[in-house]
Amino acid sequence: MSLDYETLKIIWWAFVGVLIIGFALTDGFDFGVGMMLPFVGKTDGERRVIINTIGPVWEGNQTWFITAGGATFAAWPLVYATAFSGFYIALMILLFSLFLRPVGFDYRSKVADPRWRNAWDWGLFVGGFVPPLICGVAFGNLLLGVPFHYDDSMRVEYTGSFFALLNPFGLLSGLLSVAMLLTHGATYLQVKTEGAIGQRVRHIAMAGALASLVLFVLGGLWVALGMDGYRIISMPDANSAFMPLAKTVSINAGAWMDNYARWPLTKLIPVVAIAALLLTIVLSAASKARLAFISSGVAVAGIILTAATSIFPFILPSSLDPRSSLTIWDAVSSQKTLTIMFWLVLFFLPIIILYTSWVYRVMRGKVTLKDIADNEHTAY
Amino acid sequence: MLPIDEVVNLSRMQFAVTALYHFLFVPLTLGLSWILVIMEAVYVMTGSPIYKDMTRFWGKLFGINFAMGVATGITMEFQFGTNWSYYSHYVGDIFGAPLAIEGMAAFFLESTFVGLFFFGWDRLSKVQHFMVTVLVALGSSLSALWILIANGWMNNPVGAEFNFETMRMELVSMSDVIFNPVAQVKFVHTVAAGYVTASMFVLGISAFYLLRARDTAFALRSFAVAAGFGLAATLSVIVLGDESGYTAGEVNKVKLAAIEAEYETEPAPAGLTLFGLPNDKTEHTDYAVKIPYVLGLIGTRSIDTQVIGIRDLKKQNEVRIRNGMLAYAALVRLKSGDKSPAARAEFDKLKKDLGYGLLLKKYAPNVVDATSEQITSAVNDTIPKVAPMFWSFRGMVALGLLFLFIFSASFYFLIRKRLAPQRWLLRLALCSIPLPWIAAELGWIVAEYGRQPWTIAGILPTHLSASTLQVSNLYFSLFGFIGFYTFLLVVEMTLMVKYARRGPSSLHTGNYHWEQAEQLASQANPLSMPTPSPAR
Repeated sequence: MSLDYETLKIIWWAFVGVLIIGFALTDGFDFGVGMMLPFVGKTDGERRVIINTIGPVWEGNQTWFITAGGATFAAWPLVYATAFSGFYIALMILLFSLFLRPVGFDYRSKVADPRWRNAWDWGLFVGGFVPPLICGVAFGNLLLGVPFHYDDSMRVEYTGSFFALLNPFGLLSGLLSVAMLLTHGATYLQVKTEGAIGQRVRHIAMAGALASLVLFVLGGLWVALGMDGYRIISMPDANSAFMPLAKTVSINAGAWMDNYARWPLTKLIPVVAIAALLLTIVLSAASKARLAFISSGVAVAGIILTAATSIFPFILPSSLDPRSSLTIWDAVSSQKTLTIMFWLVLFFLPIIILYTSWVYRVMRGKVTLKDIADNEHTAY
Repeated sequence: MLPIDEVVNLSRMQFAVTALYHFLFVPLTLGLSWILVIMEAVYVMTGSPIYKDMTRFWGKLFGINFAMGVATGITMEFQFGTNWSYYSHYVGDIFGAPLAIEGMAAFFLESTFVGLFFFGWDRLSKVQHFMVTVLVALGSSLSALWILIANGWMNNPVGAEFNFETMRMELVSMSDVIFNPVAQVKFVHTVAAGYVTASMFVLGISAFYLLRARDTAFALRSFAVAAGFGLAATLSVIVLGDESGYTAGEVNKVKLAAIEAEYETEPAPAGLTLFGLPNDKTEHTDYAVKIPYVLGLIGTRSIDTQVIGIRDLKKQNEVRIRNGMLAYAALVRLKSGDKSPAARAEFDKLKKDLGYGLLLKKYAPNVVDATSEQITSAVNDTIPKVAPMFWSFRGMVALGLLFLFIFSASFYFLIRKRLAPQRWLLRLALCSIPLPWIAAELGWIVAEYGRQPWTIAGILPTHLSASTLQVSNLYFSLFGFIGFYTFLLVVEMTLMVKYARRGPSSLHTGNYHWEQAEQLASQANPLSMPTPSPAR
């Protein structure tokens, strides 16, 4: 079966979306757990319980991030090149904070000195708090548009700065990202822990979901009423190969709402996200841990999808030179590469999901203080 | 606007630093994972608990190393975009694929199951746990395969063509990219080097226990696994040395000539320069000691193929650069809107040399108006400095031969059951622990420095590949990496030394030296409190 180029371009938008949402759903709760670690864990034993709820699985979860990076490189090379070189300092800070996790998890328990352990707990906090903040700020800036343009050899020039990313809407998105993953981490800990920790995280989940709700609604109103969106005015046939400069783009107030008008069913996405946040509060209050976790997962996916739907088919709009904006039509690899990679994803993704589920099944059940005491020398 | 020289140089430095740091941890992961498989296989087959202890103890050291491999590896996945954005655009259509496949087909496997390796002992059956260990090892070696397919393509870019409409290289044949002979040779050589590294690590640490005469049953068995695996790995590293790959691809010919400091083309088969002082100014190797015929045999695997010398390579490159200027002119004509069949045919005829034309961008931004001095500068750029190549390669080979000696001698005395008296050998093994790392890093210097001035051999020059960044950003990131990595490396080494000294007693089974010593001490003096063990 051979797929036409236009279909492949749309499928690849979905694939990258799946990888990013997969990352947010799995590594997302690792980040949330990391943020809470020094606050929720009052003793070394409690902190070890918290760490060991994610210890066996966080590494595989992070691979969603690595793979999303690789897939973006393969399918959207211009996005990979432009976003990462443009957000240079932000990405470096993201990488530096991510370094703290693998070593933090593995090395913390290998020395008994409380100062050593406490230092790594704060390292794990940074590794849990900073990445979602930066990802959220970056996402927010996508909606605002980013200042870059290409010359005719397709070399990108970025004229923004790190501090320009920290504008009010960018920061609001960053906080939303932190709040939603904090919530997701807190519902995960409800499932995986018991007793005092379980009680504390219930309240965190409720507060986090409420904060996410407020920030999400606020952000939505901002996008709908107070922000300019981008609109493609003309472009070559979507089924052909062309580069960004071949199209024309206009900037209009409210253009980020176009897709909801065109496909009314998409209005359900933000509605589901809001409903899921409310449910997370209710279910956490009722101590329905598993359902609360599913619900916070739906909320995370819904929030990301809402942003993605608003800017579709844009990926990286350019505020400096709108026609340089990257879209799913013109930032892509050749049809041949997209086709080959399509089949590979179709083959590998189900296998990955299958064995990941098996690992979670093997590691199922709560982590308790007794588990830590019994495995003092092998647990993290 | 092209990036200024300082940005290009800092970006190169940063890539070198992060890649060399990452490769401090990769070889041990590659090799130790299979050593764990061997040990656990014996445990599953014989049920002998000492092999389980071996798997768990060496697994602990594996974990300390693995964490750093992951930390430094994240950088590599994103650095092409941050610092090499033009490269990412220009070759992403081909180069991105193996990186994405590495994530899906290899790294996912490795990192999903590595958690179960550590936490699954009580939750899995013996055979299930063994399968998990196999999957971790398989994942890490497969990961190397896909990365080296990407790297092999940088050195010998097959299966791709330039598309002037999109201004980039595009994939023509995925199977050519995967079965690239350079990539295949690199893969075998690199993973085998990883197996050698891990074998020397286990051999050296086991030798330390044997020298101290503690936990000898444990140490002897570990020593035996390392000696056997190491001997096989060293033989394959030497026999499958990747010099044989250097005949494929134009730029690799330059590497081969530089490694051998062969300025003048010799009649085939060429002699191998054992020693000498290469002098780039006079284009002559002073005090050369040569073994006749050997280079021709190793380098070309034939007796009648010439190994072309640097002077002749320069002449060839000058022709290609002059053709490249015409190719660039034809490209400009196409880009300015003249897409007539004649213009296309003209470009198609010349485009294989477009990359050589781009070498001139550094000196003459418009390429087509380069002066003959500028062309000469570009020609000189096509040859890397000979001395670092010559010496790095010889250092690597000499170390390889030393490893062969150590593993052969270890294996010999082990099967003759006369290992214990050979204290010189045990000491040599202990002191040799760092050497495989040095050999591996030298190997990467030969491979990557030798590819200059290209990122993609013959296609894309390094100075065009870099992102147009601000110098201050690069200082921030470069010092950030150096600071972070060095700090984490010190922490890692401290833990590694601590656990290696403590040995299998760190498993807290009660069966090993330090715990028994503590028990004896407390029995001898019943009033004393049990001493807390230093490592938990």
